Amino acid sequence: MSETTAHMHDDHDHGPASGIMRWITTTNHKDIGTLYLVFALLMFFVGGLMALVIRAELFMPGLQLVEPDFFNQMTTMHALVMIFGAVMPAFVGFANWMVPMMVGAPDMALPRMNNWSFWIIPFAFTMLLLPLVLGIFGIGGGGPASGWTLYPPLSLQTGDAFAFTIFAVHMLGISSIMGAINIIATILNMRAPDMTLLRMPLFVWTWLITAFLLIAVMPVLAGAVTMLLTDRFFGTTFFSAAGGGDPVMFQHIFWFFGHPEVYIMILPAFGIISEIIPTFARKPLFGYTSMVYATASIAFLSFIVWAHHMFTVGMPLGAEIYFMLATMMIAVPTGVKVFNWVTTMWKGAMTFETPMLWAISFVVLFTIGGFSGLMLAIVPVDFQYHDTYFVVAHFHYVLVTGAVFALIAGMYYWIPKWTGYMYNEKLGKWHFWLSTIFVNILFFPQHYLGLAGMPRRIPDYSVQFAEFNMISSIGAFGFGISQLLMVAVIWQCVRGGKKASARVWEGARGLEWTVPSPAPYHTFETPPAIDDSMVAHPDDLAH
Amino acid sequence: MAHTQGSYYVPHGTKWPILGSIGMFIALFGAAIWLNDADIGRNIMFIGTAIIILMLFGWFGQVIRESESGVYNDQVDTSFRMGMLWFIFSEVMFFAAFFGALFYARTLAVPWLGGEGMGASTNEYLWNGFEAVWPTNGPAEIGGKFQTVPAFDVPLWNTLILLTSGLTITLAHHALKKAQRTPLIIWLAATFLLGFFFLYLQAAEYMEAYQHLNLKLSTGVYGSTFFMLTGFHGLHVTIGSIMLVVIWFRVLRGHFKPENHFGFEAVAWYWHFVDVVWLGLFVFVYVLVA
Repeated sequence: MSETTAHMHDDHDHGPASGIMRWITTTNHKDIGTLYLVFALLMFFVGGLMALVIRAELFMPGLQLVEPDFFNQMTTMHALVMIFGAVMPAFVGFANWMVPMMVGAPDMALPRMNNWSFWIIPFAFTMLLLPLVLGIFGIGGGGPASGWTLYPPLSLQTGDAFAFTIFAVHMLGISSIMGAINIIATILNMRAPDMTLLRMPLFVWTWLITAFLLIAVMPVLAGAVTMLLTDRFFGTTFFSAAGGGDPVMFQHIFWFFGHPEVYIMILPAFGIISEIIPTFARKPLFGYTSMVYATASIAFLSFIVWAHHMFTVGMPLGAEIYFMLATMMIAVPTGVKVFNWVTTMWKGAMTFETPMLWAISFVVLFTIGGFSGLMLAIVPVDFQYHDTYFVVAHFHYVLVTGAVFALIAGMYYWIPKWTGYMYNEKLGKWHFWLSTIFVNILFFPQHYLGLAGMPRRIPDYSVQFAEFNMISSIGAFGFGISQLLMVAVIWQCVRGGKKASARVWEGARGLEWTVPSPAPYHTFETPPAIDDSMVAHPDDLAH
Repeated sequence: MAHTQGSYYVPHGTKWPILGSIGMFIALFGAAIWLNDADIGRNIMFIGTAIIILMLFGWFGQVIRESESGVYNDQVDTSFRMGMLWFIFSEVMFFAAFFGALFYARTLAVPWLGGEGMGASTNEYLWNGFEAVWPTNGPAEIGGKFQTVPAFDVPLWNTLILLTSGLTITLAHHALKKAQRTPLIIWLAATFLLGFFFLYLQAAEYMEAYQHLNLKLSTGVYGSTFFMLTGFHGLHVTIGSIMLVVIWFRVLRGHFKPENHFGFEAVAWYWHFVDVVWLGLFVFVYVLVA
């Protein structure tokens, strides 16, 4: 009985509806993935423009272009836009497109909720950006300016933007939680019968663990900002010592969210890199099982290291020592990963197409960011580095040359599967080399600025910092302009080009390469039979 | 990964999510400008809330109709179960944030303000003479002298009420599985009536706290943690009770089969979750005071 009904419904339409309503009402994982990716790209440029305002102001010492308060709005909004608008939605876009195809599922497990997960985000960003945009036109006090971490008591002094910011964070949290639930249900419940857990591509594994982190910590962020809201408007004193509360308590709760959050932004990147390197090294991933366990270990450790973000706030010595040692332990599973990527390339038949270039660049530059993270983990050293440009350099190495580079690598890797056309390899390589050179000009000098004592989140600085700031700003504009090449590549590739084959890359393995390019609107309506030649990590290689 | 009843149901096209997003935006936009002292915001918030309620009716209604028409196979059922379980886990973590605030304030922040450990100089220079006790409204005695709600009075009754409701919903579940519709209807009704009775007592307790004990949301960190924890719990009891009423009407209409009743089970899980949170509250907010 149900069989016929289900098919009747399935037969209603097999292609997309037309017009704008296709995108608003869609339940198709590929459509929703596209929406996420396009939105993330848009926000990447919005956040990038904010970064360029910051770097333009810092080009020379003295106040040149913007008021200090507007500068602070830029640092705050740049972070919020890049984290919640660019990096996270981009990874969810990849998950939407690739996870069902990689596990042999007809779609995401909960397709209507999938639509809602996306369509909350543009509304949340309207809420978040509204006070800033109105402020630019002279209406109201502008956007939040307390830094994205919203530490009280400073954040409680935000003007009318405060409630908008808090509610936007609530909306983004709801979206993330629903998205994460969907991804977990898809991975655990929708795999083709022969797609056992230890045959799953590493991208799927990393997203499974990331989704767990999201469900565990986004509600904690919601709780933290709710307490801020009631402290501001309803007379509670969670974060005021006068009432027996403690502003430091906010930092603890916030970073209990915040540290897993940074792994939410890097674990799927590990997944993408772990797909790309084996393809272009023409070897299976070295140490597949250890990669899975390393990812799980990093996720576990992310819950017990949060206070390393606040070493200078005044904690008992025992807590400082514990959080230092726990943090340094993360280097072990991360080292396993870097070792495995390098060993996968060892004696491989390597070629250097654009995705591989980005992936190799990721391995090198992310590792630099990891090393500066180790330096920051050392308590007595952090006392000097805290809140300096060294921290800024560190987290931009892990987030830009880490998360963003992996996203760009993944885009080049899978865009032939999405559009059916090969991208422009020459332009892609230009994009890569310009980005890699400029990103180092942009961020590497910031290490020295920080070590020399330049504080972050300040619009002006002592003249001794002038040279490195100028170099950094030149790198910023070079990096920003280079990204226009990416838009050109994507635009070209959507419109046409050399037809892509189903497998696209000679060394590619995995279910997504068994369907035609572009992938049909519906894939795997009946679960595919899988043999070892179709999975990226066959059983016999897993041991 | 059972494929016992044909293909996985993938719906095509839905208007409910966009309606939900619009409603959420209008409601929160209204709330934000209301908090910024624009009175019109309250009405805007109500309009947005109405849109959200409309969305919930439409969306759940469609899913219920699809479920009753039998388009969902076992695999869809499993997706729903996973969705509900992980949703409840996210709720647990939401409450964890507030429990964390309670524990931190009580065992670290307040003793430090009183001069213990690393708080010695804070106490000496800023809040000299403040003695760390619990409950407290802090060294500035925000909100003035107050009393706490005695645990072994209304809160104890509320504990018994919720525990009983956990029993009655289990009895209802057993009746459903044995296809005994009349006991099912009675036990389910008993469950939500107990839920509403809990809410009534909780409201009375709040009135008592505000009018006679001078215990308010603004009564320092004790009032903050007390009202935020019990308040969010009360909100969840309200949502759970509404869910119980909805599935009760569904039972009256003949929904749910002994072998297939995910909607019922989801509500039962949620109700047990609300119950467990209350036990934590009863111990840490009410009993272990002073």
